[in-house]
Parts: sequence; C-alpha cells; structure tokens
Amino acid sequence: MRFVRDHIIPPAPPPRRAGGPLAWMRNNLFAGPGNVVTTLLILGALAWIGPALARFLVLDAVWTGTSGDACRPEVIGRPVGACWAFIGEKINYLAYGSYPAAERWRPNLFFGLLALGAAWMLWLGAPRRDLGAWFVFAILPVASWLLLSGAPALGLASVATALWGGILVTLVVSAVGIVASLPLGILLALGRRSDLPVLRFACIGFIEFWRGVPLITVLFMANVMLPLFLPGDVTVDRLLRPLIGIALFASAYMAEVVRGGLQAIPAGQGQAALALGMTRAQAMRCVVLPQALKVVVPGIVNTLIGLFKDTTLVAIVGIADFVRVLEAARADPRWSAPAIPATAYAFAALFYLAVCFSMARYAGFIARRLAAGDRR
Amino acid sequence: MRIPFAPLLGAAVLTVLTLAAPQARAEGTLAQVKARGHLVCGVSGGVAGFSMPDGQGRWRGLDVDFCRALAAAIFDDPERVRFIPQSSAARFTALQSGEIDVLARNTTWTLSRDTAAMNFPVITFYDGQGFLVRKALGITSVKQLDRATVCLQQGTTTELNLADWFRTRGLSYRVVTFANSEQALGAYESGRCDAYSTDKSSLYGERLKTARPDDHVILDEAISKEPFAPGVRQGDDQWRDLVAWTHYAMIDAEEAGITQANVVALRKEGLSPDVRRILGLEGRYGEGLGLTVDWADRIVRHVGNYGDAFARNLGEGTPLKIPRGLNALWTQGGLQYGPPIR
Amino acid sequence: MVESRTPLRWRAWALQALLVLVVAALVYAAAANAAQKLAKQGIVAGFGFLGRGAGFDIGQHLIPYAAATATYLDAFWVGLLNTLLVSALAIGLATLIGFTLGIARRAPNVLARTLAATYVETIRNVPLLLQLLVWYVAVRKALPGPADPAHLGSGAFLSQRGLFLPRPDLSGWGWLVPGAVGVGILATLVLVRLRRRAVEAGRRPLPVLVPGIVLVVGSGPLVGIGLALAGHPVAIAWPARGPYDIEGGLAILPEFAALLIGLSVYSAAFIAEIVRAGLDSVARGQGEAAAALALSRGQALRLVILPQALRVIVPPLTSQYLNITKNSSLAVLIGYPDLVHVFMGTVLNQTNQAVEVVALTMAVYLTISLVTAFAMNRYNARVVGPAR
Repeated sequence: MRFVRDHIIPPAPPPRRAGGPLAWMRNNLFAGPGNVVTTLLILGALAWIGPALARFLVLDAVWTGTSGDACRPEVIGRPVGACWAFIGEKINYLAYGSYPAAERWRPNLFFGLLALGAAWMLWLGAPRRDLGAWFVFAILPVASWLLLSGAPALGLASVATALWGGILVTLVVSAVGIVASLPLGILLALGRRSDLPVLRFACIGFIEFWRGVPLITVLFMANVMLPLFLPGDVTVDRLLRPLIGIALFASAYMAEVVRGGLQAIPAGQGQAALALGMTRAQAMRCVVLPQALKVVVPGIVNTLIGLFKDTTLVAIVGIADFVRVLEAARADPRWSAPAIPATAYAFAALFYLAVCFSMARYAGFIARRLAAGDRR
Repeated sequence: MRIPFAPLLGAAVLTVLTLAAPQARAEGTLAQVKARGHLVCGVSGGVAGFSMPDGQGRWRGLDVDFCRALAAAIFDDPERVRFIPQSSAARFTALQSGEIDVLARNTTWTLSRDTAAMNFPVITFYDGQGFLVRKALGITSVKQLDRATVCLQQGTTTELNLADWFRTRGLSYRVVTFANSEQALGAYESGRCDAYSTDKSSLYGERLKTARPDDHVILDEAISKEPFAPGVRQGDDQWRDLVAWTHYAMIDAEEAGITQANVVALRKEGLSPDVRRILGLEGRYGEGLGLTVDWADRIVRHVGNYGDAFARNLGEGTPLKIPRGLNALWTQGGLQYGPPIR
Repeated sequence: MVESRTPLRWRAWALQALLVLVVAALVYAAAANAAQKLAKQGIVAGFGFLGRGAGFDIGQHLIPYAAATATYLDAFWVGLLNTLLVSALAIGLATLIGFTLGIARRAPNVLARTLAATYVETIRNVPLLLQLLVWYVAVRKALPGPADPAHLGSGAFLSQRGLFLPRPDLSGWGWLVPGAVGVGILATLVLVRLRRRAVEAGRRPLPVLVPGIVLVVGSGPLVGIGLALAGHPVAIAWPARGPYDIEGGLAILPEFAALLIGLSVYSAAFIAEIVRAGLDSVARGQGEAAAALALSRGQALRLVILPQALRVIVPPLTSQYLNITKNSSLAVLIGYPDLVHVFMGTVLNQTNQAVEVVALTMAVYLTISLVTAFAMNRYNARVVGPAR
C-alpha cells in the first residue's frame, strides 16, 4: 500500500485571533454550555436589579420635602424611591444626636482632630510619626474628652454624655476602642510569648476568654456587673461602661494580630540584637517590635474595620450610636412613609460601606507594598 | 521606626485614672443634694407625658415635674435638677450606686422590689396594663384577643401579667418580645402583632408615635394593678419623707384650691387655716423635712399642684388626652388622697 | 553565668507572684463589693433561682415549655436550643453560599467572578446588625399582611407573621418516617465507605450519588406511603386560617428567618474569602495536571483542588463557625428568643441575679467555642493527613 499526496491541499485559515473583544467574550462569557447559562442567568438578574436600584437610589428618589407626605406615592402621584429629604432634614441629628446645637463646633473639631491623627498614623511617609503617636495615644484622648464633655475651667460648658449621639458616638466608641486596645494588645501579645509561665497563662486565659464570648454579652456584663464590682461610692458613666467592654474585647483580638506579627519576625533578629549587647527589653523595643508592628498594619486595620462594625452593638445596650439614632429618627411619626425604613437603611449601609471599604482598600494597599518590599 | 512606648504607657495610665475616679458621697441624700447644688433625677426618657425632651431639648412630663417640684422645695429653683434617662434594666443599679438621687421613672411598686431594691415613698400615678389594637379589628374587650399575637417589651412585669391573665381565663396567645419599647411598637405597627401591651399611661403616648394614631385604639380594660411610685435608696428616712410629702403637698394644694395661677394672690389674702398651713404662713412644718417653712408654697409657685401638672402633661388639653380616672382626687371619686399638713 | 542568672530567675518569680497577688486582690475586691451590694438588695447568691417558676412565655421553643409550670432553668434550655438551632442551620447555609461564591470568584465566567467579588465586598463591609434590621424590618414589611397571606400551594402560607408549612404528625406509627430517613442516611454513609475501599483497592467503584439521593430523599415518602397502605396513614397538620393568623402546621417565625438569612448571607462573604484564599494556595500545576488527565473542571475541583485547598481553608473556617455562633446573639435585637435574649434579657431582669446569669451565659459560649475548636481540630488533623 502506498500513500503519496498528489496535490497540494489548500491553506487552512489562520487560527481565530486570541485577542479582541469578541474572543474575550467567548473565553470569559460563553465558553461551554454551562458558562452560557450562567452568563444569561446573571445578565437577567442584573437587568432586573440594576434598573430597580437606580430607580430607588436616584431616578424615583425624593430630594426635597418637609414631611413624610412628600414621600408618599399617593400624595405626589408618582412611584417613590428613596426619601433623601428625610435624611437631609435629620442629618444634624444623625451626626451629633442631641448634642446642643450651639456647641456643635466641638464635635466638628473632634472630627478634625481624629482625621489629623488617623492621617498621621496611616500615611506611612508622614513626617515625625513619633510625635504622631504621642498625639494619637496621649493628647487626642485627653483633648477630645475635655472638648466633648466640657471643661468649665476652660470656658467650655459641660455636655452630659447622655446627649451625645449619632456618628459622633460611633466615632468616639471606635476611637476609644483602637486607642485603648493597641497598647493593651501589644502588652498582652508580649505577655503571651513571655518565658514566665504564670504571666503567659494569665495572658492566654485573658485573650481566649474575650475571644470566646460574643461582644453583646460583654456589653451586658459591662452594663450590669461593672457597677456591682466597683466600691459603693464609685460610679461609671453610662457611655464609659460599654467603652471599657469594647476596649477589653478589642484588645484580645489586637493581641492575636500582634502575636502573628511577632511570630513572623525571624528569631535571628532578636538574637542578633542580644549579640550586640542589647538587653532583652531593648531588643524587643528597638528591633523586634518595630518590624512586627509594620508587618501587622493590614491586620490592625482589619481589626479596626471589625471594631467599627461592632460598635453598632452598643445600640442594643441603649447607647445612642449611629444606628440607634437612625432607628429613633425613623420612628418620627411626622416622617412616616413606606419608603422611610428602606431609605434609612440604605443611607446607613452606604455610610458603613464607604468607611469600611476604604479602610479595607488601605489595608490591601499596605499589604501589597509590604509584599513588594519582601520580594526586593 | 522607633516604638514610642511613652505615649502608649501614658494612654494606659490615663485609662486607669479615668476608670478609678471615685466620687465621694456624704451622709444623707438631702445633704448631698444641697452640697452639690442640684438634684439628679432618673427618668425613663422616652415616655410622652411622663418624661421626654421636647423639640428644644427641654424635659417635659409628670415625672419631670415631680423632680422639678423636689428641686423647687429644696432650692426654690425648679431648674436645679439634672435628668438622666434610665433603661428598665439599669434603673435599680443606678439608684443603688448613687448615680441618681431619686428614680422618677414610672416604676411599679411591688413587694419584691420594695424589700429588695429600694423604698417607694408614695404612689404618684395609678396605672394598669392595657392593650393597643387596630381599630379595624373591631375589638372592645381583652378576651377577644384569644389566639392573637402580642408584642411586648421584655424583662418587665408586663410579660408575667400577660401570661397569668390569659392562663387563668383558659385563653391562648402568641408572644414576641423585644429589648426595648420602640422595637416592640415598631413590630406591632408593621403588622407583626395584633396587639401591643404595656402600661395604659404609656399606650396613649405610644399611639401618638404611630403613623396614623386614629387607626389604633386603647382597650378600656386593664389586666393588672400598676401603682407608679418614685424610688429612693433604703435607709434614708429624711429623704424618703421629703419625696413623699412633695407629692402630698401637690395633692393637698389641689384639694385646698391652691393653684399655680392663684398661689401668689392667695398668699396675700386672708386664708383658711389649712391653706395657711400649706403655704407655711402658720406653723413651721417644712423644717421637719430639712427644708424652709415655705417649701410647699415654692412647689406650687414653680410647678403647680397635682391637677396643674396632670393637665399640663397628660390631660385633655394635651395630645395624649389621658382621662384623670383613678388619679382624680378622692373627693372626686379617685384615689389621690393627701395626709394633712399639720 | 549561674550566679548572674539566679537573681534574674528570682526576680522573674517575684514578678509573677506580684501579678498573682494583684489579680487576686482585684478579684477579691470585686467579689467583696458585689457581695455587699447584693446583700443590700436582698439577693441570695447562687444558682438556686434556676428552680423557681419563670411565669413568662417564649415565642419559639423546641422542648415543651409553658409559663405556668416552667422554671428559669427550662427557659435557659429553650434559649440555648434556639441558639444552637439557628447557629447550626446558619453554619450549613453559610458554608453552602460561601463555597459557591468562593469558587465563583475563580470561575472562568467573568460575570460570575465580578458578581461574587461585589457580593463579598459589599456584604462584609456593612455591619451585621444593620443587615438584620434590613431583613427583619424592610424585607418583612414587603411581605403580605396577616389578613391576606400568600398561598404558596399545597397548604403552605407566607405572610409577615412567618412561613407556615404542613407538618407530618410523627407520633404513633409516624416515627417510622424519620427512622427510615435515618436508616437511609446510614446506608448512604456505608455506600460512601464501600466506594472508598473499592477505589483504594483498585476495583471499579459502585456509583454512590444516585443511590444516595434515592436512599435519603426517597425513604421517608416511601415509608409514608407504605404506612398509608398498611392502614396507619401519617396524619399531616395543615396550616389553616385562624381568627387572627395562620394556625397549625409548622410555623417558621420571621424573627428566626431574618436571623438565619442575615447570619448566613453575612458569614458567607467571609467564608467565600477563606475559600478563595484556599483555592489560590493550590499550585496552578495541580489543576493543569488534572485537565491533562482528562478530568472535567468539576471533577478537577472536587477530586484534586478542593481536597488540597481544605488544608488551608479549615483553620480559618473554624473561627468563622465560632463567629456565626457568637453572632447569633444579635437575635436580641430582632426579638428571636435565643440564649442572650431569653436569659440575659428576661431572666436577668426578672431575678436580678446578674452575676450568675452573666457567668452562666458566658460559660455556655466559652464551652461551645472550646467544643467546636476541638471538633474542628480533629477534622483538621484528618484533612491535613499524615505528615510527609
């Protein structure tokens, strides 16, 4: 048997181009029947949700008005989406709670100080970050307390914490949580890695206890048991009680984050420092801890995100945080309309989403920068 | 980067200092209040007509007026009082720990609370547990709520009364409880429950918080006795007397026809002996309470008698429109009866 | 060297002794203060109060509970079981959604990838408490009112008051139905085991998927039909309109549903991230090698990639499961009678036994944490396999 080609076959067309939008779509959207079905299902869902969302948030939204009637479809004769007029009228209440109107410059100044401190700490290239640490961990807490609660000696009228509310309280709780939990967490993490067995077990017990119970039980405990445990003539401010609970709770989580950083530092670093004649404390303070803390910046920011979301729980023990004043505002009979709950929750969700998402982005950015530094 | 230990340490020390700032307490409550220069009064903070800040942030209500009357009797100035809202869970601890001097927070006087937690000098308001239902249901009696769903605030006597009442009558119901009253009312209003139950006096205010108050009715029946009384710490008889007689002064003034409007004029006119005794023109009764002789005159002048306070905060002229009912004077078929000032 | 170390060691022990003393002093002071204040309030310390009559009703109870006869201890069990019920179901549901999303983030379909990423970034950046309010308040409000519930067919109703389903009466002969389902599950497990043995021994494995589904799903109805033919039909309690509401049948309360959905949706975002990280940890060559061996994508995922990814997934998944259990305590916000709501809410207020109630509640969560951690560690040891 013999097989010899006796004519030249025509050239095959070139393979289809691997680039271009069509090829991309084929590869990413319509590769195989299962993929096609998925694509169609998702497109269908998007075609339904997307316009509905746009209508609710923007197109059908009501932007002006002075009462719930402006957001009732039967009154204004068209479908109603979000009632942003409601948020507009309540925005001062949502931001400051019942803080006296004439004194609102004080919370505003506090917001400014907080932003300054946050920028100083989070911007890694900022000048004099050691001063920044002094500012955030020593000056800011004292100044904020005097500013917000008042100091008659300095000419600032005192404002009871019962009047604080809204975003102000949410930020106060978060700020106290982070400012108190970072130093405590570092101490606990060091204690957990200590050679002293009693100290080590005390720290492990402390950390695992707070990590094992829900925050809400901690807040209840701070509320009902703290007054019991203190001597008869000592009272703790209503706002301070959950703050103590949150600080202890957050410090346990912070300790675990810091511990992760300490473990990531090669043992050789500490040994080299000892070999240079440093004491153990010096080695820890000047060599190991600075490196460990740098590694855990993303972890700290992630803990901060969790803390920021968890502050909403203080609403359950009666503290007028953002969610609670939002619920109170929602209950205003003058503003009762079908769209109000959805509007209120959409606003709160956007607020938390904006804050948490940008913090998460920042943590991701730092993590990538650290990873890039490692590769170099 | 160098770790700035000093600020970290500073923060820790500061936290400890803030926590451990003790507030010394002197002997009797009255002495403390006088030394402090103002009264600290625990209120509920969210019950219309009893204690609630108005649009300008000024506290208003019957409980608030009671505290103002106390302040007026002590300082001749009804404004020397601070109001601290108390949750139903924290109220007893707040009183015991000295955070507040008096608890004027529609607290039901019960034997167990009296023996365990505090003293109740006097009943300022007679109440009972009632029900808010939709008018559309066409219900007139609580018995018709058999097999209905009821929304409640948890951790109060309301829960126990409800269970007892339905059980003893062989009726059944479903219950949904919430940590605070706003959630419970919100759930009722949104259709989760057929009825919302709490003290009748609160129901009038709660109804106003709904989108359409006229769509809801409060059933006439009450399924429990809820005598509201201010609370004071145990073991301070002087303070207890003062709190009790502040209320009695307001009752006696109403019975004697002394009102906020006519008290100044009455003082100048020739008067009947009982009016003279109340206004401190005869005898030195106020001094027994650790106050001045014109203590009751101060109360009526600054706050008014019981009827004035009731009309201002709860009565027909207010949006609440709560009938006087059991809280009318004993001379008008009610239960409010003041012992004589003499 | 020894001389210089000894004083150091002495100092270390002195430091620790001081620590013990300080902690003991603090605890003593706190206990003394509490004892003094409790004595003033006339509250008897101890757990004796658990035997006293509770007198209040609870909206959902898995065990018999009546206000007239129940004690505070019964209320405790009711709350604990409700916590366990919602946590267990939320763990299952969140795992299902989370794995789907995590795998979708590495899917070939770009829309699926984007959608999953959007879900994760949105959901985990909004507080759970807010999401629960959305489900309980906003979503529930959109459901039909109690006067005109939606009829879902075959006797099921949906309204603001919950989802009402027909409930088979499993007393009398009826217990055979769940019994049969149990036998079906056991038989399936045996089949799985046999299949693994066959694979390990190099024999041709028996099919498991279809017989398994038939055994688990089919056994119940089959026995039910059998009982009906034998003259002992299983009674079914149908939900029906009552004077106010749907009555009878199986009621799934809106508080429970909102908490279950909210917890699952929220936790699924975190599980998706864990799964994605796990998939990323498996070397690319593994998937490519599986494809070269002509395994389909699904097979490659199921047989090659996931088993390896699980080693990375399981430890963080453990803490996520614990978070679900702890987060279920947010029930207190929307009125679901879980442990915190019933015990730390109502019982604490009725009895004023703050120390005992708080201690008992926290002890429960600590125990759940420890047991879950222990169980997952054992599973983890199995997944990681022998050290190589």
